[in-house]
Amino acid sequence: MSPAQDQARALDPARSDFYHGLLRRMVLVRRFEERAGEAYAQGRIGGFCHLYIGQEAVATGSLAALRPDDYVFAAYREHAHAILRGTPPRAVMAELHGKATGCSRGKGGSMHLFDAERNFLGGHGIVGSHIPIAAGAGFAIKTRGTDQVAVCYFGEAAVNIGAFHETLNMAALWELPTVFICENNRYGMGTALERAAAVYDVSHRACSYDMASETVDGMDALAVYDVMARAVRRGREDKLPTLIEARTYRYMGHSMADPIHGHYRTKDELEEQKALDPIQRLEHALTEADLLDGDRLAAMREEIEAEVDDAVRFAEESPDPDEAELFTDVTRD
Amino acid sequence: MITKVVMEALSPTMEEGRIAQWLKQEGDAVKTGDVLAEVETDKAIMELPARGNGILRKIVVAAGETTEVGNLVGVIAGPDEDIGGVVGQGGQEEQEGQSAAPEAPAPSALTAPTALTAPGSGEGAGRIKASPLARRVAGEKGLDLRRVEGSGPAGRIVKRDVDAALTAPAALTAPAGGAEGWEDVPLSQVRKTIARRLTQSLAPIPHFFLTVAVDMERAAEARDALNAAGDVRISFNDIVVKVVAMALRQHRACNAWWQGDAIRYFHDVHIGVAVAIDEGLITPVIRHADRKSLRAIAEETGRLAERARARKLAPDEYTGSTFSISNLGMFDIAEFTAVINPPEAGILAVGAITPTPVAHDGTATIRRRMRVTMSCDHRIIDGATGARFLQTVRRMLEQPLAIVW
Amino acid sequence: MPTITYRDALNQALREEMRRDPTVFLMGEEVGVYQGAYKVSRGLLEEFGPQRIVDTPIAELGFAGIGVGAAMVGMRPVIEFMTWNFALLAIDQVVNSAAKMLYMSGGQVPVPIVFRGPGGAALQLGAQHSQAFDSWFAHVPGLKVVAPATPYDAKGLLKSAIRDDNPVVFLEGEMLYNMKGEVPEDEYTIPLGAADVKRAGSDVTIVCHSKTVAVALKAAERLARDHGLEADVVDLRTLRPLDVGTLRESLHRTNRCVVVEEGWPFCGIGAQVVDDLQREAFDDLDAPILRVTQADVPMPYNKLLERAAKPTPDQVIAAARRVAYLDR
Repeated sequence: MSPAQDQARALDPARSDFYHGLLRRMVLVRRFEERAGEAYAQGRIGGFCHLYIGQEAVATGSLAALRPDDYVFAAYREHAHAILRGTPPRAVMAELHGKATGCSRGKGGSMHLFDAERNFLGGHGIVGSHIPIAAGAGFAIKTRGTDQVAVCYFGEAAVNIGAFHETLNMAALWELPTVFICENNRYGMGTALERAAAVYDVSHRACSYDMASETVDGMDALAVYDVMARAVRRGREDKLPTLIEARTYRYMGHSMADPIHGHYRTKDELEEQKALDPIQRLEHALTEADLLDGDRLAAMREEIEAEVDDAVRFAEESPDPDEAELFTDVTRD
Repeated sequence: MITKVVMEALSPTMEEGRIAQWLKQEGDAVKTGDVLAEVETDKAIMELPARGNGILRKIVVAAGETTEVGNLVGVIAGPDEDIGGVVGQGGQEEQEGQSAAPEAPAPSALTAPTALTAPGSGEGAGRIKASPLARRVAGEKGLDLRRVEGSGPAGRIVKRDVDAALTAPAALTAPAGGAEGWEDVPLSQVRKTIARRLTQSLAPIPHFFLTVAVDMERAAEARDALNAAGDVRISFNDIVVKVVAMALRQHRACNAWWQGDAIRYFHDVHIGVAVAIDEGLITPVIRHADRKSLRAIAEETGRLAERARARKLAPDEYTGSTFSISNLGMFDIAEFTAVINPPEAGILAVGAITPTPVAHDGTATIRRRMRVTMSCDHRIIDGATGARFLQTVRRMLEQPLAIVW
Repeated sequence: MPTITYRDALNQALREEMRRDPTVFLMGEEVGVYQGAYKVSRGLLEEFGPQRIVDTPIAELGFAGIGVGAAMVGMRPVIEFMTWNFALLAIDQVVNSAAKMLYMSGGQVPVPIVFRGPGGAALQLGAQHSQAFDSWFAHVPGLKVVAPATPYDAKGLLKSAIRDDNPVVFLEGEMLYNMKGEVPEDEYTIPLGAADVKRAGSDVTIVCHSKTVAVALKAAERLARDHGLEADVVDLRTLRPLDVGTLRESLHRTNRCVVVEEGWPFCGIGAQVVDDLQREAFDDLDAPILRVTQADVPMPYNKLLERAAKPTPDQVIAAARRVAYLDR
């Protein structure tokens, strides 16, 4: 059987809304990222812009398994994570444009999206630096004795940095309810993982810390969801951490300033991976299971287009922060 | 627009000035830069320029009158402007004698065209070094920093210097009464200054005196030879200036100023040459005398002396000497002792060159001899130091070829 | 009033704040079972248990980050670096995370954390264990930096630091832990950002902080006795924000200033003090401001060389004489 058929058999019509929700959200963040790329190319977004295109299933599938009171930490490729956590696309697009209406009031930018109300706690630019921070949230949860979990998204290139190692050791040692999700998109900027890591399988590292781990096909939103649900349960009930390795792929370059392919990966490889596109896969699966038809899909895409259009227009028309904002929020006094 | 004409501080030590003559009269049109009057200062006759355009509407201080620095002497304004308010402030009457300790004069906002050096601030004109605090206090008290000697590093004026300058010296009162048949001659500015400065010098400075007799035969021969060969007349004094300057290079201890809490030893040598003028004396300065040729010294001395007699010396031409020479040889004075020009370390008094019977190479003969007496500030120079300096001076005068080194 | 050590003053501060606020916890190497590498946390594990007095592996970057994360979700961590020399490993968390979080998030996420530990030189600990990083942290907007010199200041300032909603770098000193001083029994705090005049005088201002306060006071005693100069000794207490007001007030009275500091001279704390004073109090200055600092070298091991590298009362006295124009 083809993978699509395989999935079709596993779909439960009673959860049709759930599946549509996943699909819708994947399409939303895909379109959002594509429009952000356009805006960057037109000079409306400046600085760094790291796009998530191709990886949608990881964030979409995993964040669907969380509660609003869980804590989410991400690195700098986090536009999708913020939107999926519930931050309005308008607020994210405005932040990318540096406007006062952005979710970080124009002072963070693409790499520092924050939405404290929705427990989306950044947006961190130094590779691996937010890994211990997420474990700190786990520590707080443990001290307070609640059943929240802390979740940390990072790329596979971050697993070679000291902060990863120090954190996973302490998270396992102290049993912190934290889920560490490694989005292995195979390339740390221009360096393939096999050139950077002595051990390719990221999840194997967990045994150094006696920590539970799982590897999952990151192009399959439903599979990601299931693995995440298990890890979250382990965190809530057993108060134990998990390392998840989600194997995925990014279609764009490391950032808008980096080549899409060339020296470090071939165009052929890119095309091969695109054939495994997560959105197409879920669409096919739903279609095969008769849970989705062309009209509904078209309507959904139109809605999403309008929503993303609106976000772009909102961002363009929003004002820059007041110059006085330069000096606000340095300290809280 | 009304421009007040005020008595300006035209020399570092000037406290008051006398209008020698007005060159513009009431009603004359004047523009900025025009010379309004000649002012007699404590040192020289200076020009008082107009600082604005208009008509010289009123002369407040007449020719022959004296007024303190900063006081109003005249008013420039438009032909119809009301100057009543300005003139009402008036100038000051000249006071006979000085019974009260003079306060520091009102600051003059304008400086003379040539750059002024503060007395005691070392060679070279230009910026006055003062700490920010000293400047502020001086500004508040209306004290002209050019009148203050700095005791800080590199002559920096610091607060204690400003404090000291604001403490006025006690003044003498005129004696009451007296015998009949006398005439009071008002002091000229020059006389006042000489009196003040040299009184200040003799009392506090512990003078001692060293005399040496110099055989001038060879010097005379050299002078004759030079004058025969050249077109500029070299005098004996020129030779003395050059020799003293070179000797000071070798005896740096004598090329110094008393600074109060330190002795300032100079790297350069500037010789003050006393020149007699009608009203008294003044010492124009030959700068870097050690490096100048005899010819240059002769020319410069001649020029400066002429300017001195014409009362046209500029402040930077009569300040900044590190050592002085006074020569009364032309008056047949055999020897004399001079008073040190503060804050210098010493002064050389040069007597006449006289044929004198002496023992020379074992026989009695007549040779031209000159006696020079050095007055030394014992705080800076000790007997042996001064003596060694004089030995060098004598050696070089007796063997003038040494000048060539 | 009881006389206690600086160490015990810190201990009391931690204890009182942890009793008062259940979100306060202490984390670091040897803070629990070992009773603290310098015994600052003696007895705390017994009172508060292992979830609030947390022994860590040697992983400064890791546990500093954990502290930041806990602070971001509403706790008040006190992260102990066994010495500030090791904090270099964690400086990314202190500067890039803690200091900047509030600003980057547009004011949404404060980080109420205290990083504390002994800094600067002790005795013959060698080059890597003797550095004073005061100015490295004072340089960063978003941080507050505190350096108490006495037991009284240590307790009051640590309590305030813990209650402050901002990341605070709290610089203690191994050589200070045994210092004794009077500390009130009743509750008190000292506000951050306020300097303290430790000795009044009107002839020269001596600015100091942390270990150099003792140096300054010794110098002041001898300046008064032997040199006729009464020094106004100003202890900065907080390095960022700097209490320029108190410094200016002192300089206005004395017109001359010497700064004595423990760190290296280039870009040290004293350089900032000089800049603030020359810029804001130029006309009060009768002399340039002189600084007495550690020698511009890595700290040597030999006892005599080390002593020669550290600021001394003799150096302060010489500088004071120069700014008073008693010497050139």
